[in-house]
Amino acid sequence: MPAIFSYIFSVDFFFMWIRVATPIILVALGAVVCERSGVVNLGLEGTMLIAALFGVLGSYFGKGLLPGFLLGIASALVVSLLFAFFHLVLKANNVLCGTAINTLAAGLTVFVLQMVTGEKGTSASIKSYSYPEVNIPILKDIPILGEILSGHNLLTYLAIVLLFVVMFLLFKTPLGLRIRAVGENPHAAESVGIPVVRIRFIAISICGALAGLGGMYLSMAYLPIFARDMTAGRGFISLAACAMGRANPIGVFVSALVFAFFDGLSNILQVLRIPAEFVQMMPYAATILGLTIYSIHRAHSLQRKHS
Amino acid sequence: MTETQEALRLEGITKVYPNGVIANKDINFSVNVGEIHALSGENGAGKTTLMKILFGEEKPTAGEIFIDGDKVNIQNPSDAIRLGIGLVHQHFMLVPSLTVTENLILGIEPVKGLRIDERKARDQVSEISKKYHLIVDPDAKIQDLTVGQKQKVEILKTLLRGVRILILDEPTAVLTPQETKELFYELKLLRSAGYTIIFISHKLNEVKELCDRITIIRHGQTMGVFDVSSVSEEEISRLMVGRAVKLKVEKEAANPGAAAIRVRGLTILDDSGKPKVKNVSFTARRGEIFGVAGVEGNGQSQLTDAITGLGGYQSGSIEINGLNISGKSVREIREHKLSHIPEDRMKTGIAPRLSIENNVIADKIFRKDFNRFGFLNLSKIAAYGLEMVNRFRVSCKSAQVHINSLSGGNIQKVVLARELSSDPDVIIANQPTRGVDVGATEFIRQELVGMRNQGKTVFLISSDLGEILGLSDSLIVLYEGEITAYFPDASSVTEEELGRYMLGVEKQSDAEIRRAVHE
Amino acid sequence: MNEKRINLLVDLARVGIIISITLALVFLIVFLASQEPFVAIYSFFIGPFTSIRRIGNIVEAGAPLMFTALAVIIIFRSGLFSMISEGAFFIGITGAMIAAIAWRLPFPLHPFGAILFGGFCGAVAALIPALLRMKWSVSEVVTSIMLNYVIQFLSIYLVNYHFREISSSSLASLLLEPTAKLPVIFPGTRIHVGILIALAACIVLYLFLYRTALGYSIRVVGDNQTFARYSGINAAKTMLFAQIIAGFIAGIGGASELLGMYTRFKWTSSPGYGWTGIVVALLAKRNPLLVPIAALFIGYMNVGADIMARSSDVSREVVDIIQGVMMLLIAAEALLGGFRQRLIVSAAKLEDSLKSPEIKLKQEKGV
Repeated sequence: MPAIFSYIFSVDFFFMWIRVATPIILVALGAVVCERSGVVNLGLEGTMLIAALFGVLGSYFGKGLLPGFLLGIASALVVSLLFAFFHLVLKANNVLCGTAINTLAAGLTVFVLQMVTGEKGTSASIKSYSYPEVNIPILKDIPILGEILSGHNLLTYLAIVLLFVVMFLLFKTPLGLRIRAVGENPHAAESVGIPVVRIRFIAISICGALAGLGGMYLSMAYLPIFARDMTAGRGFISLAACAMGRANPIGVFVSALVFAFFDGLSNILQVLRIPAEFVQMMPYAATILGLTIYSIHRAHSLQRKHS
Repeated sequence: MTETQEALRLEGITKVYPNGVIANKDINFSVNVGEIHALSGENGAGKTTLMKILFGEEKPTAGEIFIDGDKVNIQNPSDAIRLGIGLVHQHFMLVPSLTVTENLILGIEPVKGLRIDERKARDQVSEISKKYHLIVDPDAKIQDLTVGQKQKVEILKTLLRGVRILILDEPTAVLTPQETKELFYELKLLRSAGYTIIFISHKLNEVKELCDRITIIRHGQTMGVFDVSSVSEEEISRLMVGRAVKLKVEKEAANPGAAAIRVRGLTILDDSGKPKVKNVSFTARRGEIFGVAGVEGNGQSQLTDAITGLGGYQSGSIEINGLNISGKSVREIREHKLSHIPEDRMKTGIAPRLSIENNVIADKIFRKDFNRFGFLNLSKIAAYGLEMVNRFRVSCKSAQVHINSLSGGNIQKVVLARELSSDPDVIIANQPTRGVDVGATEFIRQELVGMRNQGKTVFLISSDLGEILGLSDSLIVLYEGEITAYFPDASSVTEEELGRYMLGVEKQSDAEIRRAVHE
Repeated sequence: MNEKRINLLVDLARVGIIISITLALVFLIVFLASQEPFVAIYSFFIGPFTSIRRIGNIVEAGAPLMFTALAVIIIFRSGLFSMISEGAFFIGITGAMIAAIAWRLPFPLHPFGAILFGGFCGAVAALIPALLRMKWSVSEVVTSIMLNYVIQFLSIYLVNYHFREISSSSLASLLLEPTAKLPVIFPGTRIHVGILIALAACIVLYLFLYRTALGYSIRVVGDNQTFARYSGINAAKTMLFAQIIAGFIAGIGGASELLGMYTRFKWTSSPGYGWTGIVVALLAKRNPLLVPIAALFIGYMNVGADIMARSSDVSREVVDIIQGVMMLLIAAEALLGGFRQRLIVSAAKLEDSLKSPEIKLKQEKGV
């Protein structure tokens, strides 16, 4: 056992932890905006996957990072609007709608990947661009802290900035007030002329853009290539983080870090002599466990109030 | 008023709902500037639908709307607000976790740069609330306000949006008399400031006191417009109902027998630990209608939930026919011959997408008639469904149609059919005639009296004073979770007297209240 | 026209629209993506009918979908949105594999026992998210999907560490005992006894839902849980039962798929029948009796896509795209809602004009 601890309390592990936390933070923040408007977006998994592929393709065809970024975000928006249209306008149940989006995305990405590269597994055969890593002046020279916090990908730092942007958006701006009102009591919002459906469209789009960033992080930062089904449930883990953080940006940020811890741990454990399947299973088992512990805790605090 | 000017006119409004119900049929309605105009009609006559159309929440199937003589097209609430129409809903349209200010500025937020200008928002709010004597704490959260305060916020909401025509949908239904008085004062103030007010109500005394003119609708059609001063309450009620309202229910004197429901020292706390029912003790006996009077939200729901096994309680005891129900399931309690007509039939009383016959057997599927070793006896169920539909005069095409294709009154009859046909000894009837048409109301009341005549116990909760006084043999009054009065003979009580106890103005002595226990 | 007729008409129109959009989509994708679109289209639509073996393939592809669709129907009907049918199917395969390799039993008993064991494993899997939901209201959507991943890795671990064929370079289990195999019923195809189990399951489940007290309770709970509680039906217990039954069905589906179609366990990831089962369940309008038709239709499309992928330059993932789009369209409840509304309004008007006001009034009063 001590071996594990020496791995965990290493600079490498903390660095890895932040690396694997980034996509979950980004997507979970998106889920917060959506949830606050009263929509649980179960199509996040598919949205991430689509953006992960189209980001790579954009940078390949456009021969640069910017076209990749633009196409990635645009594709995520298109998928989100599709979800929004079917859920909000055609009144499709959000679970079914989300599942449909995920099924569609899984097929479409492989189909397009094969059309472009001739292969169904990864995009390794085409040259795509990645988001750069950033060394932060001063911070990078501090021992240990600098090694852990500096040198991360641009999107990682962007995720931290976006945490505060989302907080500002939700709690300080008119749009945020409207999103919260629509989510808590849509009839009240409607009665003062706030277009509920339009506000939800906007919230789902914001969520889509954030999920797009999370997806692109996987194929253009975490790894330099797209691989089929590479999101591997991260969209759902982000939803779990959003639920566990009670759709509060700070709480969700912490929950995302908790789930990412196990993801990071599974990376470390691969070195130890534990069957690979158990290591791979860990982030999912941890999510079930995390959600359960959170729910038990919530049930107990409700009970305590009673007595 | 020297000259009357028309503020609003609705012409030929017809509304057919997706389920085929015709709510409004060729309605004409007109209101003058600076008047308080009553819109009266029974529950389900189509008042609320008409106002929702005016406010853009529903689209009319046919008809036209004119404001200040100009034809307008109202697609949604924003159109209505822009045209100067504001609606104060019966169920408040407020966001509980947001503050008063946040609720008021929603949609018209003053901004400074990207963010909401919080100071300016507060200033706007306190200015308008002072101007019309509608005083509320701008920083309080809605969830912490009283009903009366919430209503003030609702009215402020419309005023802040520059509304000139104010619609109030049964605003006094949830208010105490004091709050009602305050509201009338505020409304009269608004009238003198030149506002036009549409006051939806079926409380004739209030209409008499407050309004200038009245439009009456019945079964979705206009029955006429009158000056309130020149028409009597008798006439209004005749037009509303089609015949004179018979408030007194004909029944013989009760002959109460043994105890059927024994409640002792019952205390119920809500989720946040606040007591909703406080140390309540009483006995309801066989062969009587035992009434529970009170303004809504004074513990009636919690009390019924506890007695029927749907909700828990913290201390005390409840016995149904000698069975202590502590730890017993709903099914066990029901098998002890308890029936329950729930407060909210749509939420609690039916499975909307199942057929009528499937709905009437829901409490009986464990019985041998319908269930042989886990298999359903479909032909018996069908026969039973048909029998119920006929006996309780449910108007429907067949017992196989989805129950949500029926009207409110017919749905309530199905609920009644299920509950009364299971051979109960104790019937818990919570608001049994709410939102039900006159015919069905009378039918339901007669059935309840019939049950009591057969020696059964009817436990009646109703916020309709006429109903509670007319039907009950004895009654208790609940105020803030406590019994404030017990009347062994309900027929000797006047509405005024009851009102004083309901509002907590008076309370009987402990010894008098103790009589409800019958020991 | 009465309401039933209107609903039927609208439903038919919906199916028509959904199929037309789906077909148009196939054409669009193929013509955009392919150098030889006509070959691809021919293979997709006609290919599955060109030989007995291929027709057999349709049935073979439809059989597992019937099981997962039935599981989905029971789960959705009980008012939960558990996605566990995928995991329950896969753990059913794994359970049957263990039984088929480790047990020594004579022929009819061996597959019988193995299928029951597969069903048992599926039921246990389905119980987990349901229990978490009942006990502490943990969202069953997310936990069931996470559990599907856990089951996938657990199964592969079991094969890899306990039942692996050492001589094989890729992941494969030991050979299943021949006594455990389900026999083929149509020579020249691989259609096996599993299809009969699937068809029987459709009928049994229909009878269960509409003719038994528990089935009735499931429908009530799924329609309005508050009402179920109020009428004395134990909603929590009913939902748990529904999950167990659903998991069991998906599990025997996995087991019969393994024992009917394979000689070894060779999966490296969860095969996705549970997800496709959702499309089938929706297409069948959550009615068990319509499940075989819907499953064969989706099976046909999958076989068509496989043939197209082999004989042209269009990959088989087209079918996933189509299934996603179909799911979206079927789930869109408001699709044609306006049409339905207009029909009902005109019917109501007609009825109204046929009656004099007095009669109408009397009717409303229920006299």
